[in-house]
Amino acid sequence: MAILEVEHICKSFNRTEILKDISFSLDKGQVVSIIGSSGSGKTTLLRCLNFLETPDRGVIRVNNETLFDSADPSTQRESTIRKKRLHFGLVFQSFNLFPQYTALENVMLAKELLAKERPDYKSRKKEIHGEIRIQAEGLLKQMGLEKRMNNYPHQLSGGQCQRVAIARALALQPDILCFDEPTSALDPELTGEVLKVIKELADQNTTMIIVTHEMAFARDVANQVIFMDDGYILEQGDPKQVFENPREERTKQFLSRFTQG
Amino acid sequence: MEQIVEQMPIVIHSLNIGFLQTLKLFFVTLIGAFPLGLLMALGSTSRFKPLSWVIKLVIWIIRGTPLMIQLLIIYYFPGLVLHNPIWGGGEGGRFLAASFSFILNYSCYFSEIYRGGIQGVPVGQEEAGLVLGMTKTQIFFRIKLLQVIKRIVPPMSNEIITLVKDTSLARIIALQEIIWAGQAFMKGSQGISGAIWPLFFTAVYYLIFNGILTILLGRLEKKLDYFR
Repeated sequence: MAILEVEHICKSFNRTEILKDISFSLDKGQVVSIIGSSGSGKTTLLRCLNFLETPDRGVIRVNNETLFDSADPSTQRESTIRKKRLHFGLVFQSFNLFPQYTALENVMLAKELLAKERPDYKSRKKEIHGEIRIQAEGLLKQMGLEKRMNNYPHQLSGGQCQRVAIARALALQPDILCFDEPTSALDPELTGEVLKVIKELADQNTTMIIVTHEMAFARDVANQVIFMDDGYILEQGDPKQVFENPREERTKQFLSRFTQG
Repeated sequence: MEQIVEQMPIVIHSLNIGFLQTLKLFFVTLIGAFPLGLLMALGSTSRFKPLSWVIKLVIWIIRGTPLMIQLLIIYYFPGLVLHNPIWGGGEGGRFLAASFSFILNYSCYFSEIYRGGIQGVPVGQEEAGLVLGMTKTQIFFRIKLLQVIKRIVPPMSNEIITLVKDTSLARIIALQEIIWAGQAFMKGSQGISGAIWPLFFTAVYYLIFNGILTILLGRLEKKLDYFR
């Protein structure tokens, strides 16, 4: 069953159409890689899913719940958007860790703030904090950062920062975790350690959408590959098929640049 | 020289009282201008255009004219022109008018510093907060504010040190701060007249106080060095 359904999403900035009719769906526990050249709309698509941009047209459904429908203004209320965002997690290209907090605090902060909205918060304050802390420590361990929990972001390498950012996104247990070129700001050595943890998440059946320029990784990690070009999904399918037998001329052209090295 | 030694206790006592008034004006201005400047910064960057225009106009006028003129107009205009002396008489009235002028003036300078500090925080910080389900208020107080403070401490330190010296401008409406107290010995006060050294000596007060402030602000800057 599809956990995510995206239908006919369009988005323009100042009359420049960035997304022109994007539709796809994603099953629970599946991983989709989105590839394509810069400017093809990959990042904008992720930003629409995370409600950092409002699509001009289209529908976004998660678990059969309509989160956004351009035809239904009641789905676009500012007050409800905050909670809808929690269905998605987003890992940024530039990490965007909070510099004044330690790795552990970065992972805990949002969950602590959300816990304050719980009705039982006052009576169980200590317990709740304890639980959040244990969960955060567990996530950082999973990311291989047990020795780095109390470091500030500027004391960490790029790869470590990105792994903290992944733990931070996972802490809120999103239905779908999105990655926006998670290794583009990293040198090749650090890229490997980040890709490794993403691969591990895929092996644990985490539902993910990964925008990446790492073609070998995109092919290896995904159940489904989407090739975007000029605001459209040009090709979509099984990784083996898209990479080995692309149907479209444009896809061949794009991929050839990578195989040539 | 002998005379100065003789006059010293009397002069120091007077200057101390004057400097107390200087300090009062200094702290009242900071307490008022820190929050008001922040409100003005938020207003001048507001998407509600009329508000941002009005605030930008106020900032232009206040930064474009001398503080001394502002003091004179704010203190004398209501009483002399409108025949409605809102500040009341005596030292209390002068202090009220001076405080109002200084808070208004410094809010404008502070608001520009805040604005620079707020705009200097990368957009990614806000977006990361939004994606994590935080409210705009939480993002401001829990994420941005400390980063803004770190950015504005050096330019703020500059303004704060300037403020210490600017308080002397309140002399123009006869507020009894330290310059006024020093000058009194030229005209004649407590049996001392024609003495100019007390006025020169006031500089020592400013110098010592600014020395202390420089050390404290330097420490604050260091304290915020734990993150980048």
